[in-house]
Amino acid sequence: MNTAAAERPLWRRLLGFNLLAGIVLGVAGFYFGWWLGHQIHAKSLAYFADTNQNDVALLLGYLFFPIGFVIGLGFAKYPLSRALGREPSHHENEEGGLGRYFGVCTDHKVVGMQYMVGIGVFFFIGGLNAMLIRAELLRPSPQLFGAGNYLTIVGLHGAMMMGVMSSAILGPFANYFVPLMIGAKRMAFPRIEALTFWLLMAAGVIFVSTIFFGGFPTGWTGYAPLNDQANFGFDSYIFFFALVGLSMTLLGLNLIATIVTMRAPGMTWGRLPMFCWGVLSTSGLMVLAAPVLIAALLMVAFDRSLQTSFFLTSGGGSPYLFENLFWFFGHPEVYVVLLPAMGITAEIITVHGRKKLFGYKTVLYTTIATGIISFFVWAHHQFVAGIDPRIMATLWRAKIRYTVPMLFCLAWFFNFFIGGVSGFFLSDTPSDVSTHGSFFVMAHFHYTIMGGLIFAFFAAIYYWVPKMTGLRFNERLAKIHFWTMFIAFNSTFGPLFALGLMGMPRRVATYASNLQPLNIWVSVSAFVLGASMLVFLANVLYSMVIAREPAEANPWRSKSLEWQLPTPVPVHNFDRIPVFDADPYDYGIPPVAPRHVPAGASGVAPYPDRK
Amino acid sequence: MPEPSHFRRILILWIALSVIATPLVVILAAPGLPPGDATSEAAGQVTDNTVLLGIATPIAALLVVYFAYALIVFRHRGPEPDEGVAIRGDNRVQLTWIVATAAIVLFAAVYGTVRIFGDSGAGGGQGPNPIAKPSGDPLQVQVIAQQWAFTYRFPSFGGVETPHLELPVDQDVEFHVTSLDAIHSFWAHQLGVKADANPGVDNVAYARPTETGSFDIRCAELCGLFHGHMFDTGQVVSDSSFQAWIRGQQREFAPATRNLNPYNRGYLPHPERRAG
Repeated sequence: MNTAAAERPLWRRLLGFNLLAGIVLGVAGFYFGWWLGHQIHAKSLAYFADTNQNDVALLLGYLFFPIGFVIGLGFAKYPLSRALGREPSHHENEEGGLGRYFGVCTDHKVVGMQYMVGIGVFFFIGGLNAMLIRAELLRPSPQLFGAGNYLTIVGLHGAMMMGVMSSAILGPFANYFVPLMIGAKRMAFPRIEALTFWLLMAAGVIFVSTIFFGGFPTGWTGYAPLNDQANFGFDSYIFFFALVGLSMTLLGLNLIATIVTMRAPGMTWGRLPMFCWGVLSTSGLMVLAAPVLIAALLMVAFDRSLQTSFFLTSGGGSPYLFENLFWFFGHPEVYVVLLPAMGITAEIITVHGRKKLFGYKTVLYTTIATGIISFFVWAHHQFVAGIDPRIMATLWRAKIRYTVPMLFCLAWFFNFFIGGVSGFFLSDTPSDVSTHGSFFVMAHFHYTIMGGLIFAFFAAIYYWVPKMTGLRFNERLAKIHFWTMFIAFNSTFGPLFALGLMGMPRRVATYASNLQPLNIWVSVSAFVLGASMLVFLANVLYSMVIAREPAEANPWRSKSLEWQLPTPVPVHNFDRIPVFDADPYDYGIPPVAPRHVPAGASGVAPYPDRK
Repeated sequence: MPEPSHFRRILILWIALSVIATPLVVILAAPGLPPGDATSEAAGQVTDNTVLLGIATPIAALLVVYFAYALIVFRHRGPEPDEGVAIRGDNRVQLTWIVATAAIVLFAAVYGTVRIFGDSGAGGGQGPNPIAKPSGDPLQVQVIAQQWAFTYRFPSFGGVETPHLELPVDQDVEFHVTSLDAIHSFWAHQLGVKADANPGVDNVAYARPTETGSFDIRCAELCGLFHGHMFDTGQVVSDSSFQAWIRGQQREFAPATRNLNPYNRGYLPHPERRAG
């Protein structure tokens, strides 16, 4: 703890650049934009448009809110000091206790934990929306919500999950573990790293605020011209995705810079852990795809506020243009979600099978190729074959241990396989005619994204969180969580294939009454799936707050570098930069003890044979 | 104990499972799947799904057998981990996998393309200049989508516009799908037809009903508040009933037909009224 800070009186500590100032300046920024918008537009509003909704005011409010928020948090301090010719502090809030987690912190491990909690909250909100959707679909005619509220909930669920889940693995796990895996003391741009997190939080607040402005009826795709027609709750969609896109772009740039330039001596490209390769390809996709989305959303904002017509047929624009721009982002986005998940399974399966990764080079090339191909198929989905079977071959004559992370990885295979086979049908045009836009597609992408990403996400949580917190999960609760989640997941999304084939379109609260029994089955399973998340929360509470059993430094006997560090990891990771002399998947060769130990990592004896 | 031949065991299990499962799927399960055989396009989709399921079943069997075998046989119990076999990769295995998956994907691509041409577009929307057309002279039906209803216009019957749809059996139908406001999608489930309705765009799809009966029409693209209410039931009837029905519609809607815009392949929304 910083004792000087602790002795200061409360009012003095609250004053300055911190979360409180961020919130105050953020709200002030919103009202400034709102006021400005009314100055610009209020008089002409009644004259030009037949509406009392001032889109300009809300858009400007949403523009100035994040600006005020990040200035209040203290992101202007560094550039201002530089501009005034002062020597700024290069590390912020890296020492100290819990307070570090509630403000700007340049320690990549703190940002990783912040992301973990932030993503968790968003995931919870998205999941609650899913529960509401399934509650509505218990009956074939609207019962709980009006048509407008139902569509808003569907849109909130979809956009929240897609926008936030794209950072679900890169945010917490890449920020935390990439520097540890490649032997770096920090990320390449620590301040930008912190900025990505706080931008994401601002985006989340903006998005949820849509409920005060009437919601939006467009789903997560927000197609034109529906997006132009929507009332001004849609403005929060625009700024949510634009800020998420900005956060993704910066996060991607930072990770690319880190992996390319900050690898320790001996960490050659051929020794880079698969997880880092997945993160690197994903970052490339983010950097190239997310700006397109930001541009498209900006055009929508102009269509809505400045009466341009980029996407409006009546003014010479084209709604196809928005579809194309959206999917130019949207399709790579699917792989943004997928590739790091594949990296995680590669890590966990090699460790738990005590085998080298089968065909490292091929996995690597397919990962990169998938990333590149994903740009050419934005208009439809293709069966990109070839990655998972190779990781699968790693199981051949392995010595497999069934721990909870391993179970989640195997479930990932199973789900992703079903998602892949259903994609085979969707990619075949004649079959796609009957399945497109139906619940069949919905089942397909939930199998690939939830069955893929979320299962890998939980695998990563059970695998790495003991390292991050130094505390062990309760094994019994973890296994209950896994089995309820896995069974309920399949019981929820399996029948949706049938519902789609039988003619149920997406995003409707009204459906044919002969589909009701299956829908009830799906809803009940979905509630069980939701309950399994409560088991997980209970486990987090019990293990991390109540029981607090310390975890071993290397419980999985991994040979990857992050596990050779003591738990908890020291603030600057390594005393001296480590030197690698082996690859991270050197299993299958006794002894089990790790072959590469970072020289000078505090608390770890250096590898005795090193010259 | 010497290491048994895992490869041979998996191969035998796989062949056995495939030989049992594939015929069951292809002969018993697949032909009964929706959308059924109310039109030649719908029947074509069922055939395609059957072929794809026939390919997918042995692949699924291989993965199931491999996983079950590996997870049971290669399991390691005990507190401390034991090391697996040091295999870095095997070029033959990798090459086989790449060639096999590439062959399957290429086959699916070629097969799908061939079927689309042979089946007059398989019921999908082909845009304003369709490539795959049925021979002969199809009945033209314009589907006009707007928030939140479909109406149907028959240019060969005086341009009459009807709120419901009836079609004659054994007659090729040419749908011209368009929209007046947002993007919709015309999905006639049992007919196997799905075509997006874009404002100002003429999207053509074909179907040939082969039996009489009713079919469901739904909007399959989110189009705003009452998207979920955009559904109707259509009828496929005998040619004589169709003629009687359309004459009745012409009489009933004669005053309205006089006030409609002339028949057009796409109606631009009013310029001063923003879409919708």
